[in-house]
Amino acid sequence: MIRIDSVTKRYPDGTVAVDRLSLEIPDRSITVLVGPSGCGKTTTLRMINRMVEPSEGRILLDGADIREQPVNTLRRSMGYVIQNAGLFQHRTILDNIATVPRLLGWNRQRARARAAELMERVGLDSSLAKRYPYQLSGGQQQRVGVARALAADPPVLLMDEPFSAVDPVVRKGLQEELLRIQDELGKTIVFVTHDIDEAIKLGTMVAVLRTGGRLAQYAPPAELLTAPADDFVEDFLGTDRGIRRLSFFASSALELKTSPIVAVDSTAEQIATRGAGDTPYLLVTDLDGRPLGWAEPGELTAGEIDPGRLLPYGRPFEHGQESLRAALDGAVLSPTGWAVGVDGSGRVVGVVSQQTIGEAIRGAHAEGAAVAAGTEAEVSG
Amino acid sequence: MNRFFDLPSDLQHSWFGLIGLHLREALLPVLAGLVVALPVAQLCVRFRWLYPPVLGLTTVLYAIPSLAFFVVLIDYTGQTELTVMIPLAVYSLVVLVPAIVDGVRSVPQETLAAATAMGFGPVRRYFQVQLPIAVPAIVAGLRVATVSSISLVSVGMLIGNQGALGNLLNDANIYHRPELAVNSVVTTAALAILADAALVLVRLVLTPWMPRGTRRVRRTRTATARPEPAAQPVLEDAVR
Ligand SMILES: Nc1ncnc2c1ncn2[C@@H]1O[C@H](COP(=O)(O)OP(=O)(O)OP(=O)(O)O)[C@@H](O)[C@H]1O
Ligand SMILES: [Mg+2]
Repeated sequence: MIRIDSVTKRYPDGTVAVDRLSLEIPDRSITVLVGPSGCGKTTTLRMINRMVEPSEGRILLDGADIREQPVNTLRRSMGYVIQNAGLFQHRTILDNIATVPRLLGWNRQRARARAAELMERVGLDSSLAKRYPYQLSGGQQQRVGVARALAADPPVLLMDEPFSAVDPVVRKGLQEELLRIQDELGKTIVFVTHDIDEAIKLGTMVAVLRTGGRLAQYAPPAELLTAPADDFVEDFLGTDRGIRRLSFFASSALELKTSPIVAVDSTAEQIATRGAGDTPYLLVTDLDGRPLGWAEPGELTAGEIDPGRLLPYGRPFEHGQESLRAALDGAVLSPTGWAVGVDGSGRVVGVVSQQTIGEAIRGAHAEGAAVAAGTEAEVSG
Repeated sequence: MNRFFDLPSDLQHSWFGLIGLHLREALLPVLAGLVVALPVAQLCVRFRWLYPPVLGLTTVLYAIPSLAFFVVLIDYTGQTELTVMIPLAVYSLVVLVPAIVDGVRSVPQETLAAATAMGFGPVRRYFQVQLPIAVPAIVAGLRVATVSSISLVSVGMLIGNQGALGNLLNDANIYHRPELAVNSVVTTAALAILADAALVLVRLVLTPWMPRGTRRVRRTRTATARPEPAAQPVLEDAVR
């Protein structure tokens, strides 16, 4: 565990970048530092690997003051990833990744073998190994940056806005990749960003800093969205935090209906029985059970169903995997107001109305409030 | 044509001998300049306040005519090659120091931060990161220094025939053989062009990591920006 203990950083020109900050960063999880520009995120991160020395306070790594070990030993035990990757432009991709193992005295062959292994881990094609950084896209460079930081298998990973210079699509891919790698490797990651959505997506714990380097709130993302500590945090979270919070509730809480579903080859009788229920629409699926579209029962003639004339079914959600937010999104997008739940291979498992989703949300909120109240009680108690 | 290469015996060298002499007198000073410039430039990078006075000093030294240097040096080193080479080495500093300083400073902040964060000490960082990335800038400086040095060697003829190919100019005068002057000028120019091409080749070999597009851009940039300082010494030859 990394413990930041009442740390203040005052730069020589008098700027107080970090002000009496205390944080306990749990092992094997992603802790995100988020806040507006200039609030001291980079400074805090760099104090952890001693690129910046605190003016007051101390930082403990597994109980020991980080100043107790030689500075370069400390740094080699912490991977560091920055915006634009900061790759060595004069070295090949493979040698970039092999940098820290080489510094640690591994022979070239072993370091390169390790680097090749990491390229695979971060999703880089081995054909890129002999290239130079300028021959890679921004997203690929960022992957190299992550691979380089992981090369010596350090227990701690420090990441300073690693994904902020790439476009949103690539960023999303990199974020998912990071979560996947983290699932496999279980590093202690401190991640800096100014993007609150990124913080909420990646963080196990999120520390919101305010200008002047003071901690505004330190909480898991769901709690942050439910109970922002003050106006500053609430402002910083942005407008639709109610909707965004839904991403923390599993759609498995939803009871799906299977009755208003017919296959494209259904008989008139099947259409009649299914259409007789209390739902105004029927969902038509293909022979594999994948959704085709909605129709009123009266419009369907057995044997003559034209998929082109069905109402669109919006974006289906993966039941149990995706959140209530995805389910609500699906229902809102569908002209019928019903969302389609599918399994991992895209086959329909059931449908659910906006109304049912609304009830599930109310239930989840009640639960969430109880959880939040519980943690507050713990803190105050 | 025969008379073109039929050199007067007072030169004590064949044409090829003169070329070898010329290259030695021109290139050794640049090499010496590089050896001095590297640590000086590193000090200037380390201590920023040092750079302006160092730059000022090299410029002042550059402004001293070589004749003045010869007059002072001849008491110590006599009518030897060394007397020619010392001023040339000093002159090369005016290009090499800023070239190295700019090159080392051009290494992106992120790259430096990444190196530090990975546990590079200052010395290792200098040799393994800053210096290799500064190679294109350093070679650009070397090209200017080399070309100007090759053209400047000729003034050595003023002190007892130490001007290598430049001595041909003197002989052209004495023996009324204008073809010797042509020989001198053409050969010197060819040497300068070949040396420059060799340095470009060295740069290409040392920097496989440079983007091709940029490589071309950089070359045109050096081709348009560099000739100013390069042309200067050539013009000032007359003055010296
Ligand atoms: N070397 C320095 N000397 C003086 N002041 C500094 C120095 N580095 C940072 N600061 C100041 O300290 C404050 C915090 O800087 P820091 O880089 O930690 O912010 P940040 O949260 O990372 O911002 P951003 O999101 O823009 O990267 C800023 O006001 C900055 O101007
Ligand atoms: Mg920053």
